[in-house]
Amino acid sequence: MTKVFQKTKLLTDEVMHYCPGCTHGIVHRLVAEAIDELGVQGKTVGVVPVGCAVFAYKYFNIDTQEAAHGRAPAVATGIKRVHPDNVVFTYQGDGDLASIGTAEIVQAAHRGEKITAIFVNNAIYGMTGGQMAPTTLVGQKTTTSPYGRDKDHCGSPIRMSEMLATIEGSAYIERVALNNNANIMKAKRAIKKAFETQIAKKGFSMIEVLSTCPTNWGKSPVEAMEWLEENMIPYYPLGVKKEV
Amino acid sequence: MAKKLMKGCEAIAEAAIRAGCKFFFGYPITPQNDIPEHMAARLPQIGGCFLQAESEVAAINMVYGAAGAGARVMTSSSSCGISLKMEGITFIAGAELPCVIVNMMRGGPGLGSIQASQGDYFQATKGGGHGDYHMIVLAPASVQEASDIMQRAFDLADIYRTPVMLLADGIIGQMMEPVEFHEQESKRELPEKLWATTGWTPDSCRKRAVVNSLYITNEELDTLNQRLQSRYREIQKNEVTVEEYNTENAEFILCAYGTIARICKSAITLLAGEGVKAGLIRPITLWPFPSDTVKKAAEQESVKALLTVEISSGQMLEDVRLAVNGRKETAFLGRPGSYLPSAEEIAQTVLRMRRMHS
Amino acid sequence: MLEQNIFAGFGGQGVLLMGQLLAYAGMLEDKHVSWLPSYGPEMRGGTANCSVVISDRPVASPIVTKASSVVVMNRPSLDKFESFVQPGGTIFINSSIIDKKAERDDISAFYVECNKIAEELGNPKVANMVMLGAFIQKTGCVDFENVLKAILNKLGEQKANLIPLNREALKRGAACISQS
Repeated sequence: MTKVFQKTKLLTDEVMHYCPGCTHGIVHRLVAEAIDELGVQGKTVGVVPVGCAVFAYKYFNIDTQEAAHGRAPAVATGIKRVHPDNVVFTYQGDGDLASIGTAEIVQAAHRGEKITAIFVNNAIYGMTGGQMAPTTLVGQKTTTSPYGRDKDHCGSPIRMSEMLATIEGSAYIERVALNNNANIMKAKRAIKKAFETQIAKKGFSMIEVLSTCPTNWGKSPVEAMEWLEENMIPYYPLGVKKEV
Repeated sequence: MAKKLMKGCEAIAEAAIRAGCKFFFGYPITPQNDIPEHMAARLPQIGGCFLQAESEVAAINMVYGAAGAGARVMTSSSSCGISLKMEGITFIAGAELPCVIVNMMRGGPGLGSIQASQGDYFQATKGGGHGDYHMIVLAPASVQEASDIMQRAFDLADIYRTPVMLLADGIIGQMMEPVEFHEQESKRELPEKLWATTGWTPDSCRKRAVVNSLYITNEELDTLNQRLQSRYREIQKNEVTVEEYNTENAEFILCAYGTIARICKSAITLLAGEGVKAGLIRPITLWPFPSDTVKKAAEQESVKALLTVEISSGQMLEDVRLAVNGRKETAFLGRPGSYLPSAEEIAQTVLRMRRMHS
Repeated sequence: MLEQNIFAGFGGQGVLLMGQLLAYAGMLEDKHVSWLPSYGPEMRGGTANCSVVISDRPVASPIVTKASSVVVMNRPSLDKFESFVQPGGTIFINSSIIDKKAERDDISAFYVECNKIAEELGNPKVANMVMLGAFIQKTGCVDFENVLKAILNKLGEQKANLIPLNREALKRGAACISQS
C-alpha cells in the first residue's frame, strides 16, 4: 500500500499533554510542516514559553530553548545574534506575549530582529486555570473576571498584530484563525511566509493565531470554534497587517 | 606587553574580549557604563556582537539564549540592574548554562546611590534569585586583578556550566591603574558544548539539544538538584582563592574584599608603626568562601580577634563568623550608604580592640 | 615614596585630565599609580575631583583622605579640600579665579595664575597644564618629559601639533614655582 499522508517528522512521537479539542496541536503541526517544507530543520531553533505550550520542546523535533515567562523574544535574540543563519522562532501564548512579555516582543520588532513569533491567542490563561488575559474579550467570564471583563475596570482587549504592524522593524505580520479548514490552510501559508521573511533577512515577523480553549471557556470543541468565529474574529480581524 | 592606564571597567571589558567573549548584552546604569561602551566599540571589530537591550531583564535573557546557543557571553550591570536580572540568573543556573555577569556595586537598597558599596554580598553569594543554586563569585581588588580574573571567570563558567559573577564596588570600575594583558599560559581544558542549540537533524552526531530549567516531576527536579549540589561541592573543593597578607602569628586579623581590603593594608602599615602585628584575609572567591583559611588563621594562638571591614552592614561578617565558629572574637567595622572607613579609622578600631584584650 | 594627591575644580577645567596625565607619567616611570575620579551627577558642570596616588610600592588605598598635595582650581574646591592636606603638605591654588588665601599655617601654599597665563599663551584651555607644570616643579614626583609623553598619548598623533603649546604651558607653570 502506498502511504499518501503521514505525520511530519518535525514532530516527535511524544504524546501531547494538551486538553481534548485544544488547538495547540494544530499550530504545532503547522509550524512543524512549514519548517519541514522549507528544509530548514537542521538550522532551526525554537524558543518555547511559559504557559500551555511549556512542554513544546518535547514535541518539536528540533533544538529548543525554554524561556522564562514572556522572555522568549529576548532569548531568541540571543540565539539569532550568535547564529545569524539559524531560523529562530518563538512560540508564545497571549499571557506570555501580550502581558508579561510586551516589552520583549515590542522591542524585538523595534530592532527588526530577524526572528518569527508564533502568537497563539485564545483570549485566556490556560495553564494556570482560566484567568483573564489582555486579549480576553469585554464581557468574557474568566476565573479572575467572574462577572465578565469590564472595560472600565481593566481596559479593552489588546490587538497585538495591529500594534506591532505600526513598528518600522516589522516585516510581516498576519492574523489567522483555526476555525475551519480553509482558515487552517491560510494559517499554514502565513506561517511559512513568516519563516521565509526571516530567511530573506527582511526583519521581524509574527503570525497571530486565533485559537480556542474549550476547557477554560467551558465549551465543547465545536462550540468553542463557533464562539471564536462569532466573537473573536469580529474584534480581531483576520488578514495581513504588515508586509514589506 | 606594555602597560596601559585603564579604568577598571574598560580593563574588564577588554580582558573579557581577550578571554574569547564575543557577545555582550546590557543596559546602561552608572557606574558600569564604560563596560558596554567599550564592548560597543570593540566587539564589531572582532566579528562579535554588542546589543543594547531594552532592559536588564531582556539583557539577561539574551545572555541565556546566546549561552544556550554555545557562545561565550557576558552582561554587566550595577545593583538595581542586577536585581532585575535575578530571574534570568536563576533560569541560567537551572538550565546549567555558562555565562559571566559583572556587578559593579552601588549603594542600596532601592535606587540607593551611585557611590561604591558592597551591599550585594548576600545577593551574590547566597543565590539571589529563587531556588537552590549558587554562582561562583569573584571579587577583584585592583584593575590588574579584575583584568586577570576574566579568563578564569569564563573558564569556570564553561567547566562547571554555571553563571559566574564578578562582584566589585564602583571604585574598582571607575579607578584607573596600570594594567598589562597577559597571554594565558596554561589554559584549562574546557568541555565541548554538545548541549548547545545550534541546529539539529536526526543525522547530527549529538542528541537533540533542549536548553531548559523545567523539571516537572519530583524525581527529575531531585536529580537536577543533586547534580548541582555535587558540582557546588566540587567547586568548593577546587576553586577557593584567597590572599593572605601578614596573617602568620598576627595578633589581629582583618577580613575584607575589594577596595576595602586595600584600605586594610594601609591600616596594617599604620598598626605596624604602633607595634601591633595585624594581618589580612582577602577572599578572591566570595563563593566559594575561604572558610578553611579563616578558620586556620583564627586558630593561631597569637590571634586575639578578627575584624571584618565592609562597605555594608555586616554581610561577609556572617561567613567569617561561621568559619570562626566562636573560637575568637569577630568584630565588625562598616556602614552602608557608600561610606568608606579610612585606614586611620580601621587602625584606631584595632587599637581599641587591643586595649580591651590586654 | 608615597604621593597622595587630590585635584579639584569645576567640571570642564580639566582636573580629571590633570590627574590622569600625572598617573600616566608615573606609570611610564614604573611607579605604582592609581587614579580615582569622583563620578556621577557632579561631572555635569558641578565640581569634579580625583585622587591620584604615586608610590614606589603597590598602592594600598586609592582613596586619598590625607593628601601630600592638593590642587584647587576654583573656590568651592579650596573650601572643601584645604582640610585634606597633611600637616607639612602643599596646596596649589589657581589665583586667577580664587581670591582667597589658604587659611592654614601648617601647610605651604602656592598661588598660580593659571587662567591669566593660559590666556597669555593664547588658549584658555591650557590653564590646567599651567597648574600641572607648577605641581610637578614643586613635588618632583614625575619627570617633566614623561608628562609630555602622557599628553601626546592622550592627544594622539593627529593632534601632536598641540604639544608645543602644552610644553609652554607646563614651563610657565613651573616658572611660577621657581620664582616664588
